Amino acid sequence: MTLAEKILAAHTNKKRVTPGEFINVKADMVLSNDITAPIAIKEFRRIGVAKVFDPAKIVMVADHFVPNKDIASAEQVKLMRDFASEQGIIYFDVGRMGIEHALLPEQGLVLPGDVVVGADSHTCTYGALGAFATGMGSTDIAAAMATGDIWMKVPPTIKFVYRGKLGKWVEGKDLILYTIGQIGVDGALYSAMEFTGEAINALPMDGRFTMSNMAIEAGAKAGLFHVDDKTLLYIKSRAKRQHTIYELDADAEYAQLIEYDVSRLEPQVSLPHSPANARPVSQLKNMEIDQAVIGSCTNGRLRDLQVAAQVLKGKKVHPRVRCIIIPATQQVYLDALREGLIETFVTAGAVVSTPTCGPCLGGYMGILAAGERSISTTNRNFVGRMGSTKSEVYLSNPAVAAASAITGKISSPEEVKS
Amino acid sequence: MLKGKVHKYGANVDTDAIIPARYLNVSDPAELAKHCMEDIDKDFINRVKPGDIIMATTNFGCGSSREHAPLAIKASDISCVIAKSFARIFFRNAINIGLPLLECSDAVDQTKAGDILEIDLVGGKIKNLSNGLTFTAKPYPEFMSQLISAGGLIEYTKERLVKGRV
Repeated sequence: MTLAEKILAAHTNKKRVTPGEFINVKADMVLSNDITAPIAIKEFRRIGVAKVFDPAKIVMVADHFVPNKDIASAEQVKLMRDFASEQGIIYFDVGRMGIEHALLPEQGLVLPGDVVVGADSHTCTYGALGAFATGMGSTDIAAAMATGDIWMKVPPTIKFVYRGKLGKWVEGKDLILYTIGQIGVDGALYSAMEFTGEAINALPMDGRFTMSNMAIEAGAKAGLFHVDDKTLLYIKSRAKRQHTIYELDADAEYAQLIEYDVSRLEPQVSLPHSPANARPVSQLKNMEIDQAVIGSCTNGRLRDLQVAAQVLKGKKVHPRVRCIIIPATQQVYLDALREGLIETFVTAGAVVSTPTCGPCLGGYMGILAAGERSISTTNRNFVGRMGSTKSEVYLSNPAVAAASAITGKISSPEEVKS
Repeated sequence: MLKGKVHKYGANVDTDAIIPARYLNVSDPAELAKHCMEDIDKDFINRVKPGDIIMATTNFGCGSSREHAPLAIKASDISCVIAKSFARIFFRNAINIGLPLLECSDAVDQTKAGDILEIDLVGGKIKNLSNGLTFTAKPYPEFMSQLISAGGLIEYTKERLVKGRV
């Protein structure tokens, strides 16, 4: 069995699972947020059980529209807050919250070998820890909150091998944008992606989270990494419970094996209106921008801010550009503050926001007008994703976004730093 | 038997197109339906009639996990969505809430926007009344059929709890 199959089998009453098979899977953590929890709560009430199956395995995070942007979103969060208090589940509100997929690993709430289900498509982020994590809908989460398990179809696994060492300014974001560019937005539909190879072994945890995070952008059900020393170091101070490390079997069967030599890979930029429109940054000439967003569950972690600060240090944001920087969690914010990164950003003329999903999904805190263009470290550049249907979003890593904020056009960090 | 007019779209219709995130501060289906397909087809809500059918090519419903997307479609009185393939979370969500989906490449290739279809969900039979062609959709796996006949995931879960199968 592959890594994905091993984890799933261990969460059923079966010894073996095979791709295509329908199984009931026990969940170690069940997640929802201020957009998806209200429907999940309503559906949970319809099931007719008084209590959730285990309050220690259910987490709700207010992150999409908080601090609340309007009355309607405040009502949604209130409903979630009241439910959390009634059920005694794990709950993060303003002041303690972060963007869920940065927050849960940081708090040690998701660990290697776990099955995590979440009413948010980017739940696949936790694959970076060697967990099987997948997004589903609110009704799924309602059922999982009641029973502790959920139906799944066992996905086939596609193995990706990344050969070579990554160049300067090339990050996990570039590997995943390049991959989606190669296989398309449904290139891994219904499948589990398994990321391996020399470049992956060298990739820091923050870059691994970025890659797993965007597995959904290739249509995948999950995007997994094997547990190694970096993973163990990451969870060492965070884990508050036992975890299990699963290894694939020698006879693991893959649906596909895809290899890339990434030693000469440039930073990638995905053009509107698909993450699959990936191009090397050097191909984009005189592409003026109005906004640069650095943050989100994809690229709002400490390393992302460190890289952005490295580029912005001693420079000024272009007068035409609004540069919006969003630390993904309160801890990332505090660490960035202590390291002096926040001062670098503010001095450069960027604005630093409280943790929120905000502009990534066109919620608030950086909405685009018709005809405007933003470079963004987020995950989707669909029509209207960040505002007007006539605006454009270009996806990149934090170094490219920071460099572009300085020059006012989409730029390689090489243009502002040597 | 379902019968309705086809609204046809291309590949990779994402859930931001089906219901933009700026409207996700509410979850009432009727309210969501007012903005269904707004960013790719502004006139959809004015054209759609009860029983109508949404048709698309590949990867329909990709992107976010928002159940608001199938809810908005269902509350627009769309009777069925037919596509060559669906994104997996959208597929789960639709089945869970009782919005019928059919996978049928031939039907998509040989149907134009505005054609009238007659659909028998039980056998997955699709008849195009505008050109006389008939098609059979890919059958559901047995587990999915159980889920559908139970009336969706909530009813299915209730049954499991009653029978002590948890």
